[in-house]
Amino acid sequence: MSTATTPVVIPGIGADAQRPDGVAKVSGDFAYASDLWMPDLLWGATLRSPHPRARIRRIDIAGALRHAGVRAVLTIDDVPGRRTFGLLMPDQPVLADAEVRYVGEPVAIVAADHMDQARAALEQILVDYEPLEPVVDPMSAMAPGASVVHPAGNLLRHFRLRRGQHGRDDGDVVVRSVYTVGTQDQAALGLESSLAFPTRDGGIEVQAPTQWAHEDRAQLAASLALPIERVTVVVAGIGGAFGAREDLSVQLHCALLARATGRPVKMVLSREESFVGHVHRHPARMEYEHRATRAGRLTAVRARIVLDGGAYASTSPKVAGNAGAFATGPYAVDHVQVDVFAVRTNNPPNGAMRGFGATQVCFGHEAQMNRLAGELGIDPLELRRRNALRSGDVTATGQTLRGVVAVTEIVDRLATMPPPAATTVSALRRPGGTGNTTRGEGVVRGIGYALGMKAFCFTEGFDDTAEARVTLRAGEQGPVVEVRSAASEVGQGISTVQVQIARSELALATVVLLPADTTVGSAGSSSASRQTAMTGGAVRDACIAVRRQLFARAKSAGLTGHLTLDAARVHAEGGTHLSVQALLEEGPIEHTAVHRHRETTPLDPATGQGDGFVSFMFVGHRAVVDVDAELGLVRVVDLGTVQDVGLALNPQAVEGQIEGGSAQGLGLALMEEVQLDEGRVRNASFTDYLIPTAMDMPRVRSVILEHPDPDAAYGVKGAGEPPTISSGPAVVAAVEQAIGHPLPQVPVRPEHIVAARLATAGDRLTR
Amino acid sequence: MTFQVTVNGRRRTVTAGGAASLLDVLRDDLHLPGTKGACEEGECGSCTVWLDGEVVCACLVLAVQAADRDVVTIEGIGGDGRHPVQEELIRTGGIQCGFCTPGIVMAAADLLHRDAEPDEDVIREALAGNLCRCTGYTKVLDAVQAAGRRMRGQGLDA
Amino acid sequence: MEVFQPTSLEEALEVRRRSSPVVVAGGTDLMVAVNARRERPSALLDLSRIGRLRGIRHDTGRTLVGALTTFSDLVRTPGCPPVLAAASRTVGSPQIRNRGTVGGNLATGSPAGDALPPLVALGAEVSVRSATRGTRTIPVHAFLLGPKRTALADDELIVEVSWPATDGPQLFSKVGPRNAMVIAVASVALVVDPRTRRCRLALGAVAPTVVRAAAAEALLNDALAEAGAWEQPAAEVGDDVLADVGRLAATTAEPIDDHRGTAGYRRHAVEVLSRRVAGWAVDDLRALVGGA
Repeated sequence: MSTATTPVVIPGIGADAQRPDGVAKVSGDFAYASDLWMPDLLWGATLRSPHPRARIRRIDIAGALRHAGVRAVLTIDDVPGRRTFGLLMPDQPVLADAEVRYVGEPVAIVAADHMDQARAALEQILVDYEPLEPVVDPMSAMAPGASVVHPAGNLLRHFRLRRGQHGRDDGDVVVRSVYTVGTQDQAALGLESSLAFPTRDGGIEVQAPTQWAHEDRAQLAASLALPIERVTVVVAGIGGAFGAREDLSVQLHCALLARATGRPVKMVLSREESFVGHVHRHPARMEYEHRATRAGRLTAVRARIVLDGGAYASTSPKVAGNAGAFATGPYAVDHVQVDVFAVRTNNPPNGAMRGFGATQVCFGHEAQMNRLAGELGIDPLELRRRNALRSGDVTATGQTLRGVVAVTEIVDRLATMPPPAATTVSALRRPGGTGNTTRGEGVVRGIGYALGMKAFCFTEGFDDTAEARVTLRAGEQGPVVEVRSAASEVGQGISTVQVQIARSELALATVVLLPADTTVGSAGSSSASRQTAMTGGAVRDACIAVRRQLFARAKSAGLTGHLTLDAARVHAEGGTHLSVQALLEEGPIEHTAVHRHRETTPLDPATGQGDGFVSFMFVGHRAVVDVDAELGLVRVVDLGTVQDVGLALNPQAVEGQIEGGSAQGLGLALMEEVQLDEGRVRNASFTDYLIPTAMDMPRVRSVILEHPDPDAAYGVKGAGEPPTISSGPAVVAAVEQAIGHPLPQVPVRPEHIVAARLATAGDRLTR
Repeated sequence: MTFQVTVNGRRRTVTAGGAASLLDVLRDDLHLPGTKGACEEGECGSCTVWLDGEVVCACLVLAVQAADRDVVTIEGIGGDGRHPVQEELIRTGGIQCGFCTPGIVMAAADLLHRDAEPDEDVIREALAGNLCRCTGYTKVLDAVQAAGRRMRGQGLDA
Repeated sequence: MEVFQPTSLEEALEVRRRSSPVVVAGGTDLMVAVNARRERPSALLDLSRIGRLRGIRHDTGRTLVGALTTFSDLVRTPGCPPVLAAASRTVGSPQIRNRGTVGGNLATGSPAGDALPPLVALGAEVSVRSATRGTRTIPVHAFLLGPKRTALADDELIVEVSWPATDGPQLFSKVGPRNAMVIAVASVALVVDPRTRRCRLALGAVAPTVVRAAAAEALLNDALAEAGAWEQPAAEVGDDVLADVGRLAATTAEPIDDHRGTAGYRRHAVEVLSRRVAGWAVDDLRALVGGA
């Protein structure tokens, strides 16, 4: 078993390409992190805090050390280097340090011969806690005199956006509302796992399903007190990520146990543990005020948004920035005032999830646009068309939009999207599915639209890079191209795209993608919809350099004039050619390229203005739902979307991302929420954390627009996140339209629909 | 406890602790890691195998309950080559991270052996216990429908 | 941990008598707890090899279902009453239905168990047996004592469940927060018996155990009788009466708030479902009488 790919002939860019790892995945041969194994392996387990907040008076590990099979029991004092870690700021203890700040916080780790022994030994660790009053409400955490959750303070970030004039109250119409979005779990099928072992040079190798190998490596080295060169991170097979694999989860714990025991250590979390083993999407409370003229032109938008960051920072400051930057949506507004507060609480930490702040605000700005449309008597799509951002417009953060801005086109394509096929609704397709809750009575249909916007690549002057190495060598049966990068394949298909690019640029059949690890430079994170543009760009750059060197060899060998590469030969005008294989006899050609995007700048802390984003992505969805209004049950009948991806290097894979991302938006709209009770997760299982099944998710009809980005490699724009941004709001809008009542709380539950309907009828849902 | 179980056509001898599940035994004792564990409670279908010809969640089968029974896993479903469902999933792009894929293959193959021409609603109901977080199911449905057509000897675009 | 795997009921009863180990059949409830380490049995009694306990048969006017009959068996067997087949179809997934058993549903005794409202509505009785005291028969609604509490003694095993054969309209309806794979937030089962001219309406997931909505049943019985619905295919029962059936059924429910749903919603759902199934039963009865 491995994650290596087999050499396949797949097409170049722009065509549907099958995954190089498809055969392995479909046969059960693909090695996920949870499948890793080595001889002499020990199993690791984690003791976690049962309290949302407590002082630790004492930890007694003697009993655990005596337990059969136990080889090591570690606490914070066993960490040789930096005692904290974190993506943006190292504020989280590697293991609890005198205090625990959330239910599930790791307190101690155990390595034993068998998993059962490790888990049983956890029960022998005696921790003397002094429970403290937890702060579980972000609004309370912000209040003056609030109990301080962490020495760094309760406010993780206050993002301020000021554009135009403040406090304007012109505009003929004003719409105000408060919206809430619940905590979403990434719910990747693959569970957190890692394998770490000591290496001969006194270092450590960690195999982990990480979204960013080099970031892991830096944090590992700091806490292990090892020089970077002695820490190797290998990207193990990833069973889905969606933001859950950016922060360290078990990697450092595995490495510490491996260092302590001198043996390989593996850790795999259970699903229940996984719910506190990774960060979630920030829940949000959003107060919005939209003003517009009678003619339907937005004049001013104000928003006050509070994000619950949980106990540790993770990426909360950046999520807050994103939420603020995109709080107004893809619309031109002259006067904008947005405040986003990311706040610490004693809830489990929140961080990156697909959409990264833009997802939450999309519910807000799209609901506001629908309310405005209602107030003004203007068709919801027409209202959006009148306010759509266009090329040359300035965004809310003061950035001038370059290239084609597809918002109007998205609106037009949504407006002309054909209605769902008018077939008889079979019993199975009614709201309630096999539950047989209706024979049609009480069912009303609704249609809703939503537009979304985000940037791709990292933001506010982060200016990340991606490195790739391309080697062209003479293989036994002809030239072979080897592509190596550290880009994490999370399912999105970056592995396929890298091969397609090499195929296109070098016109050679045999392309091998080598495993992703830290022996090559950083590819940056597989997140922020950036990988195709960045690692794709690096692979392209490296291929072009390799091609240039190949042509140089061809010229030395006698070819003249303009050269081209085709079918394993270098061709000159006039028909002379040389075989690539022959040109490689003197040795391989290799080039390592580091790809950069155009420079961005930080945003002004007082106004949120600046050239902070590389480029923007625009998307829209239409949802058609059937609602059993009496029972509050929803069936999404049709989901359509229009998205500008710049260029679809692998159209089939882009569709796949669109379809999957739309499902996550549908889930957030209708059924997904991590439910907390005094900091404790109540529904830490797939029985009660519900994600859409095959009976919940309709087919998605995708319209893919291709307006090349002016700067990015091949003109690609990011594709991964937008499907998760406007899908949920479109579903909510459709349900609202069906029942004729606003639904400001997401996920929308049957209770909300019933209560809204009864409220409209003048009744109330009684106990 | 030591017992015998036929796995993918081969009779195997297994020694398993009392509370071990069939999933544990397949992965840890028989070194067949293709069957995945993602929830340990029968909700996600990643551990779907055939037990005496019926789809079950291996995580919910006590290992000893499989004694003297017939188990088929993802490693055995293709026989000498690949099952049409496997081929079609590759072709349609119905695989992304792939963690759910072995379970989906087992459930879909079972469906197609019972129902040669399932309509989309029937496929959805048959796959309701196989959660996928990456694909949104659209291309998975395409793959199952195409595999069905293949098995009936029809062309791919029926 | 010791695992007993008897191949006969007598053997199993003897094991049960001697040491009362935890019983496992399909494992769809127990293995969840075992995998989560919430249950660590020191011994298990595996019933899955007792083939005699699996199957549906008909005998002297009764339908009898063996304890090891799976939900898939019920869905696939033509002789299975529609209310039970419909409920079985809502259980989990094909993988769960292939393993979950009627006996397991009864023994677990959760008020949300999908087979239980149909069994109560069918007027079913559970046959339990012990090695020393023989067989006793308990009506299902008396067998279920409270949330996950039953009348099964430590030395007893469930053998089968049975009810008087009936061929009138039968309906099952279940509400959950998505379209598949849900634990019932509320469910109703209605059996209309032309032989006795009585209806039985059972409610699931809205009380400590499955309850009969007696007042709603009485109203529906009267309404059907008054309308002559048992003889005349054109009989009408007014919407207001059906609405009252729903309201009365809702008053029988004693639901709780939990992370799956609020008490208020559950009560409301029972009202709506009861009203609807009553209406469908009237329609189905009309078709039955008319077609006969």
